[in-house]
Amino acid sequence: MAAVAHADTHVHEHDEAHEHHEPQSFIKKYIFSEDHKIIAKQYLISGILWALIGGFLSLVFRLQLGYPGINLGWLKPVLGERWFDEAGKLDPNYYIALVTMHGTIMVFFVLTAGLSGTFSNFLIPLQIGARDMASGFINMLSYWFFFISSVIMFCSLFVQDGPAGGGWVVYPPLSALPDAAPGSGTGMTMWLVSMAIFIVSSLLGSINYVTTVINLRTRGMTFDKMPLTIWAFTFTAILGILSFPVLLSAALLLIFDRSFGTSFYLSDIYINGQALPNQGGSPILFQHLFWFLGHPEVYIVILPALGMTSEIIATNARKPIFGYKAMIFSMLGIMFLAFIVWAHHMFMTGMNPFLGSVFTLLTLIIAVPSAVKAFNYITTLWRGNIIFTPAMLFSIGLVSFFVSGGVTGIILGNSALDIQLHDTYFVVAHFHLVMGSAAFFGMVAGVYHWFPKMFGRMLNPTLGYIHFWITFAGVYLVFFPQHYLGIAGFPRRYYAYTGFDFTNKYQDLAQLSTIAAIVVFAANIIFLYNFFYSIFWGKKAPQNPWKSNTLEWTTPINVGHGNWVGEIPAVYRWPYDYSKPGAADDFIPQNVPFSATPESNFPYENELISEEKEIEGIKFDYSIPD
Amino acid sequence: MTLLIVALAIVFIVLTVLVISKTQTLLKGVKGETEQNDDVVDSANNINAIGLFIFWILSIIGMVWSFLHAKKDFLMAFGDIPSASSVHGKETDFWFWFGMAVVTVSFVIVNSVLFYFPLKYRYNKNRKAHFYPHNNTLEIVWTLVPAVIMAGLVFTGLRVWNKVMSDAPKDAEIIEIMGKQFGWQVRYGGVENGKLGNYNYKLIDDVAGNQFGIDFTDENSFDDFTNSSELHIPKGKPVLLKIRARDVLHSVFIPHMRVKMDAVPGMPTKFWFIADKSTADMKAELGNPDFKYEIACTEVCGRSHFAMRLILVVDEPADYEKWKKEQKSFLASNPDFLEKVPASLKAKALKYFPAETASDTTTASAVTSLPTVSSLR
Repeated sequence: MAAVAHADTHVHEHDEAHEHHEPQSFIKKYIFSEDHKIIAKQYLISGILWALIGGFLSLVFRLQLGYPGINLGWLKPVLGERWFDEAGKLDPNYYIALVTMHGTIMVFFVLTAGLSGTFSNFLIPLQIGARDMASGFINMLSYWFFFISSVIMFCSLFVQDGPAGGGWVVYPPLSALPDAAPGSGTGMTMWLVSMAIFIVSSLLGSINYVTTVINLRTRGMTFDKMPLTIWAFTFTAILGILSFPVLLSAALLLIFDRSFGTSFYLSDIYINGQALPNQGGSPILFQHLFWFLGHPEVYIVILPALGMTSEIIATNARKPIFGYKAMIFSMLGIMFLAFIVWAHHMFMTGMNPFLGSVFTLLTLIIAVPSAVKAFNYITTLWRGNIIFTPAMLFSIGLVSFFVSGGVTGIILGNSALDIQLHDTYFVVAHFHLVMGSAAFFGMVAGVYHWFPKMFGRMLNPTLGYIHFWITFAGVYLVFFPQHYLGIAGFPRRYYAYTGFDFTNKYQDLAQLSTIAAIVVFAANIIFLYNFFYSIFWGKKAPQNPWKSNTLEWTTPINVGHGNWVGEIPAVYRWPYDYSKPGAADDFIPQNVPFSATPESNFPYENELISEEKEIEGIKFDYSIPD
Repeated sequence: MTLLIVALAIVFIVLTVLVISKTQTLLKGVKGETEQNDDVVDSANNINAIGLFIFWILSIIGMVWSFLHAKKDFLMAFGDIPSASSVHGKETDFWFWFGMAVVTVSFVIVNSVLFYFPLKYRYNKNRKAHFYPHNNTLEIVWTLVPAVIMAGLVFTGLRVWNKVMSDAPKDAEIIEIMGKQFGWQVRYGGVENGKLGNYNYKLIDDVAGNQFGIDFTDENSFDDFTNSSELHIPKGKPVLLKIRARDVLHSVFIPHMRVKMDAVPGMPTKFWFIADKSTADMKAELGNPDFKYEIACTEVCGRSHFAMRLILVVDEPADYEKWKKEQKSFLASNPDFLEKVPASLKAKALKYFPAETASDTTTASAVTSLPTVSSLR
């Protein structure tokens, strides 16, 4: 056992070295920080600000939809004079720009950067037992690329011709031809540049997450002992690494078409009184490239939320997550299938119907692992001892949205039924529930659950309950009626529905959606108040407020640089030993060895006691050059 | 129907009251116990648990009510809503509602369980959760059951899809529809040969009036006629829409026919269908003398995307043929384009001119004088 002893001293020395950090300057500590926790908070605050902007934009166009021609002139000082006529009526071009920016902001800036950026950064080192990310510097770069991308996107909201307009999918030729719409001018250029930088940021982040998970797990943290959050973040990062570069190429080719006269996406176009010379390009090519990212993107958005929900539901049901391995395999299945279902967004683009058949088949297969996940969540609740923290409520809300929005995916994924429903409100209702609201709820649940670890203080639970109830009911009121609009054939992205006989109805439902959206937005102001107030004046957090098993709760309440004072704890068991028969408490943290819990060990766990010394003796080689 | 709503509403209200009263008694019991300080659970725990269940009950009421309220304006055939106006549409509608039935059942079951467990298993100090980490049989069952259901839906869906997307019958009436910012233009092959003439986007000239880019060196184009306000199609006969766009993406959407297909610049697309209800049939069925079939755009295309309306008129076959005969060919309505017709084909082109012009010997001079007319522009 000499080796073990040696290992101990070695580790100890290393830790001592960590404790003697120079006090950092404000800039190094809070702005150009390389600490994963600070970077996570930077992502979180940025994400919240973006969510406010994205939500606000949606209210503007919801007002127009609920009350066509309503006087919105009072927004002139904020959004610019030229987008409203004398009567204060919204300009139809600007309407499309609003829809476009709402989608872009919510999908990329809130639910990708704000969600993955925050929680992958915050939780990966804390839950696997690492002092920081594999490369703190790349992590910092990742945030600041995101910041630059954000600044460009934000500025594009205020350029002369307005921000990008053409839907968040920016299909060419519309997006390629400044003559086609004002939203294809400067705003579109900035959109593309911003997205290119965003992709760089996302790739830097994702590579870091995967590297950290593979290399920096603490002693004993084998893959089969990792919390599901970490599995989810890893799969998400892999999805991002493999699919974002494709969007980058799509965006670059579009930039070439726009600025350098190439014809990747352009052919046979007559616009503004003249025939363009471009020939041989294909607008469908862009759609394939876009959706090759675009579809994995929806899983990039939802998987981290599902991962965090697994953790929160198990903790608060005081039960192990049901089917830990099934959960991992279903996420793996979702990740794999996510790459080969993209063309279900394109059934009606005129692509070969045979491809439509293939993608229908693959799309409906992806429903199976998704269903398995939902069933596992529900079984985790079965015979639990459930504590309804705000995080738990939001997690249950997430599962409900995931199911309610998911089932309509079975209809839409069926190419024959998609003929009628494609690009109608049925689609809007579907993805806002299953992807938008579910992922948003996951993000909010994560904030409520890990706020004590982030800021050392508690959020006010009562405000949390109010926030949950209004938001939960409100989201259903916003999106559920939109199924009916879809069944009535209402197309998406229409400025007004009065021009057609078949859509000149359901004004009451449109108003309901609008009012509910305003109420939801207002409820989230309560959350913002709670969030910022509690950072400074919230109740002090205890060591382990939710009696949770994962490693982050073994760190000091106010986590310093390097996360653990002294040695990083070793891990002996999986993270879901809640309410284990025989145990005194209803939770046994991962760092408690089996030798300390003879009363609750299963026979095969008693056998594992002999391996504990080995785990403690694992020696990491720190001599690898950076 | 109103009776059903009232009955349902009463049932649910009674249920709600029952649940509230039952939980209140439970609540009292629990409150007594939790008076000793319990640091994990606050008093709101029970309220939240009960709240989730009540939320679900109210949701079911809301969903049933809103469905009944909204269904009068559905397009997909349901109850007294007229069936689709096309042959394939009746089939897709059936499978839509079949699919909706399947997913509604699973939606209700899963959500009911999801909202019932929180009520049933809410925190109780004296109980310990059941340690139940996995059960492979269960996992296999609920992997296989959705897989089988999905397989069924895929199989039926693809059967319909392949039928809808199959090649159009040989005798289909071919009509071209072209999207542009912001409107639809339609072109018929004409009464004589029924064939659409060639086109080339480089020949498009809005000022001169050739919005389609019709190539007048192709003799098939001489009898083509166009329309920008109405698309006429015959009832009961296959219609093949040849779809294209000349500026940005558009998408042809004929809601009542369950027809949708993108219009792509540089890549012509198509969709064929059989309309089996004429406009007059629908007027009678709906009791609405103002009823019109409409065509809309479903691919965002710019400022007036929401206003790309075209009227679709479904005629009885005889009326349709009659209407077609009455149409004046594009060339006849725009004689300026005769100059584009190669000299060798001029005689053929003039055949489609109204009798008095064509037979007139002065036509030749009129034609030769045309270049001057256009050069004046």
